Amino acid sequence: MKFTISWLKEHLDTQASVDEIAETLTKIGLEVEEVVNPFESMEGFSTARIEEVEDHPDSDHLHVLKVNDGNEILQIVCGAPNVKKGMIGVLAHVGAYIPLFNEKIKVGKVRGVESFGMMCAEDEIGVGRDHNGIIELPQTAPIGLSLAEVYKADPVIEIAITPNRAECLGVRGVARDLAAAGLGKLKPLNITKHNSTLESPIKVKIEDFKACPTYVGRYIKGVNNKAETPKWMKDRLTAIGLRSISPLVDITNYINYDMARPLHVFDADKLKGDICVRMAKDEEGFISLEDKVYNLDNQSLGICDEEGIQCLAGIMGGNSKGCSEDTVNVFVECASFNPVCIARTGRKFQIDSDSRYRYERWVDPKSNILGSDYATDLILQICGGEVHEMVMAGDENYQPVTTYIRPERVKNFIGMEVSAAKIKEILTSLGFETKEEGDRILATAPTWRGDIEGEHDLIEEVVRMIGLDNIKAESMPKSYFPAQTLSLAQRRIVTVKHELAARGMLETVTWSFTDSKLAKDFRKGNEPIMVCNPITAEMDEMRPSVLINLLLGCKNNIARGYSNVSLFEVGPEFYGVKPGEQKLVAGGIRCGQTSKKHWLKDERQFDVFDAKADALAVIAAANGPYDSVRISLDAPSYYHPGRSGAFRLGANVVAYFGEVHPMILKQFGIKQRVVAFEVFVDNIPLPRTSQGKAKKKLELSQFQPVDKDMAFIVDKTVKADDLIAAAKTADRRYISDVRVFDVYEGENLSESKKSIALSITFQPIEATFSDQDLEVLMSKVEQAAKTKCNAQLRDA
Amino acid sequence: MENIEQLKQTTLKQIDEASDVKSLEDIKVSVMGKKGALTEEMKKLALLSVEEKKQMGQMLNVIKSEIEKALETKKQELFAKELNEKLAKETIDVTLPIREENIGRIHPVSKIYEEVVAIFGEMGFEVADGPDIEDQFHNFNALNTPANHPARQMQDTFYITNPESDNFDDSYVVRTQTSAVQIRTMEKKQPPIRIIAPGRTYRSDYDATHTPMFHQVEGLVIDKKTSFANLKGCLYDFVKTFFEVDELPVRYRPSYFPFTEPSAEMDIGCKKSKTELKIGAGDDWLEILGCGMVHPNVLKACGIDPEEYQGFAFGLGLDRLAMLKYGIPDLRTFFESDVRWLKHYGFMPLDESSMTGGLSNNGGLVR
Repeated sequence: MKFTISWLKEHLDTQASVDEIAETLTKIGLEVEEVVNPFESMEGFSTARIEEVEDHPDSDHLHVLKVNDGNEILQIVCGAPNVKKGMIGVLAHVGAYIPLFNEKIKVGKVRGVESFGMMCAEDEIGVGRDHNGIIELPQTAPIGLSLAEVYKADPVIEIAITPNRAECLGVRGVARDLAAAGLGKLKPLNITKHNSTLESPIKVKIEDFKACPTYVGRYIKGVNNKAETPKWMKDRLTAIGLRSISPLVDITNYINYDMARPLHVFDADKLKGDICVRMAKDEEGFISLEDKVYNLDNQSLGICDEEGIQCLAGIMGGNSKGCSEDTVNVFVECASFNPVCIARTGRKFQIDSDSRYRYERWVDPKSNILGSDYATDLILQICGGEVHEMVMAGDENYQPVTTYIRPERVKNFIGMEVSAAKIKEILTSLGFETKEEGDRILATAPTWRGDIEGEHDLIEEVVRMIGLDNIKAESMPKSYFPAQTLSLAQRRIVTVKHELAARGMLETVTWSFTDSKLAKDFRKGNEPIMVCNPITAEMDEMRPSVLINLLLGCKNNIARGYSNVSLFEVGPEFYGVKPGEQKLVAGGIRCGQTSKKHWLKDERQFDVFDAKADALAVIAAANGPYDSVRISLDAPSYYHPGRSGAFRLGANVVAYFGEVHPMILKQFGIKQRVVAFEVFVDNIPLPRTSQGKAKKKLELSQFQPVDKDMAFIVDKTVKADDLIAAAKTADRRYISDVRVFDVYEGENLSESKKSIALSITFQPIEATFSDQDLEVLMSKVEQAAKTKCNAQLRDA
Repeated sequence: MENIEQLKQTTLKQIDEASDVKSLEDIKVSVMGKKGALTEEMKKLALLSVEEKKQMGQMLNVIKSEIEKALETKKQELFAKELNEKLAKETIDVTLPIREENIGRIHPVSKIYEEVVAIFGEMGFEVADGPDIEDQFHNFNALNTPANHPARQMQDTFYITNPESDNFDDSYVVRTQTSAVQIRTMEKKQPPIRIIAPGRTYRSDYDATHTPMFHQVEGLVIDKKTSFANLKGCLYDFVKTFFEVDELPVRYRPSYFPFTEPSAEMDIGCKKSKTELKIGAGDDWLEILGCGMVHPNVLKACGIDPEEYQGFAFGLGLDRLAMLKYGIPDLRTFFESDVRWLKHYGFMPLDESSMTGGLSNNGGLVR
């Protein structure tokens, strides 16, 4: 919402400075976004006298001027018909910016004659619309003045209006609020009522009083829409960015911004029959004044004549019955519409207008007659004409809300005492009618306030006016010892992030959205979760896996020349549209080498075992039962089928890891190997709290453990994990650890076999092992490996 | 006698001249071995008279221990020398660069999360979570924002297709604010309530300070007497602690949110120049968060009696806090996974935030 200071002062009697006004507006909730003095920023202009006028040697209409700006005499070529010697006008110097042309004045040559500036017309510097000639200032005007000194600056203030303050979409509402805040006095309205007994040739009827409780119409005969809009009105409209179009349009715009009172003016000669306000029929057509065709539905309110809907009520006029330059007879509409009805229709058909903006918030339901009188008065003043009787359907008997406020409640609610007298004073100044009743104050809202429902709204008004900064801050009472801020489940997420970062991965955060074209292979059998109105086509689906965006990140880093990438993200992936159908995933990718080329030559390619290690580290950091996870080989299809796996706890998948499938990488345009993991943190059970936090008792043996190596020949299809498990469980008491130290395929072994060498730690408990003890244990391992994995002990 | 004295002198000289441990061993053997010169002299003692034996024996013992001492001293000396020579040969150029270690980083959003949790934790808040995809009831209606409320257009909402219904009102949304978690908390729990709800939020907007996804922290306090004065105190304590500056002016401007009334926006003081923004005392103001007393309709929607209970709510942007505190200029860069950015603006893995140990340690070791 924009207005100028002079416009504000039309409604507010105040001595306050622009700064004071701006500061107060922000304090009372009308946040100032900008204060602009339109001329202050315009540099390079000054008043100047035309000392000499000569005809251009090579043109029949151009003149060559000698212009005095009080500092020097400049040669200017000028084509304006009204130039004359001794005239004082506005000179744009070389370098001055001309808003109308959107460029700066340069030294130019016009048909061979040099020109060092330009004499300006009104429209060129935005002080008016005239372009018939250059500006002529009074002979008394001094030369050498800046634009701001010549034209009385009328600063423009732009404020943000919150949806609850619809009345401040009019300058009068703003003025009233400022007056209530003690910044001056609200002036009375000065509108002349024009009564008439001439019968209106157009009558009005409402079919749906819920959607339109009041419709006021006024027929005015013989108006001149070719008349000039008065300068004061034009200036104000221009200042707030509205183009002056014709007096009738300008008047409706002006009242809309002056009083937050939308109006519509029909060309009465184009209307056929009377006006009827009714709901559209389904699929009923409407062509807007922007020539757009709409097929309405039966909840869209229309202003109709015999030929159909001529105006989409409260939103936009039609293209065939509006006013033009030649309009002579008009019918002025001033009506109330249901905000919900207007909002619904506007949103459904996506039509924005100043009118809709006001109607869907709140338009004073008792301002129909007033608005009609205001419009009539201005039309008669500017366009002349013969006023007819006012016609009205519905009534203006709107009952404003009456509610109450309790000073005691105010005190408890805001932590500060405000007297009943003060509360009454504030509410009265805002237009409320108040009455004390016991320990509460009854308050009837003014009709321009549509947001008042109950005591909380009145408290807000009081708080606004006493000033939020005047309420003394009080720290939160610390009367109790706080509970644990993060739950166990939340805390372990923090630990997981730090663990992965400590493992050399960079934490990233990527969109929850992703590109459905890339996502299709990651959906794990679920339906895609599509965004109806994505911001770009690449963000049209809720991601079914965190890997998609990580792979995109990987690709972008490679493109920038960084090919060793380790990224992780802890965030949601989505498997259904319903709230909660999402999983928290710690996912990561690694590609390239562990480091760049280095003299110690330790660098190597990241491989599947890095991803596997990351996944296990996450499970451990999340306090998962690390030892109980089992591997299965059924990772989703976006992983390499032979180089991937899943970690499971019982039936639950806790993690996937592996190389990313080369076909997927191809789709992303990644030409190097990428390994990835996804840990489904929610599937990791939380440690049981019933057992407390005490750790298991540490049992230490006083005897040295013994490591023995045993190599087995197994079928290639046998999983190392199964062999390890067989060895580990061969004797649960004395075997404390099993490691693989060699895997071999090839020479000396048949095609279908491989050798896996285990290093097994035997831990004596009661006494050191004798050779015989060890032999027994080792043969137990041999037996178990044979039974469970069909493994042959390889000869040493 | 002279023989013996000479033997001693010769031996000590040999010891002194020995060049390695091996020759020292040889000397020892030649003097004190089974057939060593001194051993031979010892053997001769048996032939002497008691008196001579005593005298001679003593002398031999003194000489023996002198030689042993000399041997040991020389041995240590030679060991040291040999070791030094060995070590000299082992010299490597320690100015060569170390093995490259990949040190990861914590994203600024996670870091700010930990800082915010630490501060509000101190004030007795617990952390609550909620889903990213919400129904319109929790995201709007329960928050006093019915279907045709103009505020629904203030936030450009992303809608999620509901395959089970063509009705627009049944479509889901990705939450436009973490306030939805307020509702889910109050549905589950009776007051007193003190929670913060950090998380992802979504609005259709994209420029240097707006991204379609960003992070908010919602705060909610409901009990019988928490007032607007407490709201001011709580938020002042937060911003002052968070920004770690000595002096931080704040101001409140009345504003509007459907779910609070009275509503306010909080500004903090700052100094702006062309190149820098400094939080603290200065001539400018910077909007930092929105807040207000919880609207009675919100309490009612959750089955809480607004005549009995009251309190406040607030919402602030985690990413915005990160930008302000750590001088990150462009919000879009938060979500681009650029390794250069992550290394530069990210935090060391062990740099954890707490009220007792400090919120941040200015970056720490950078590798």
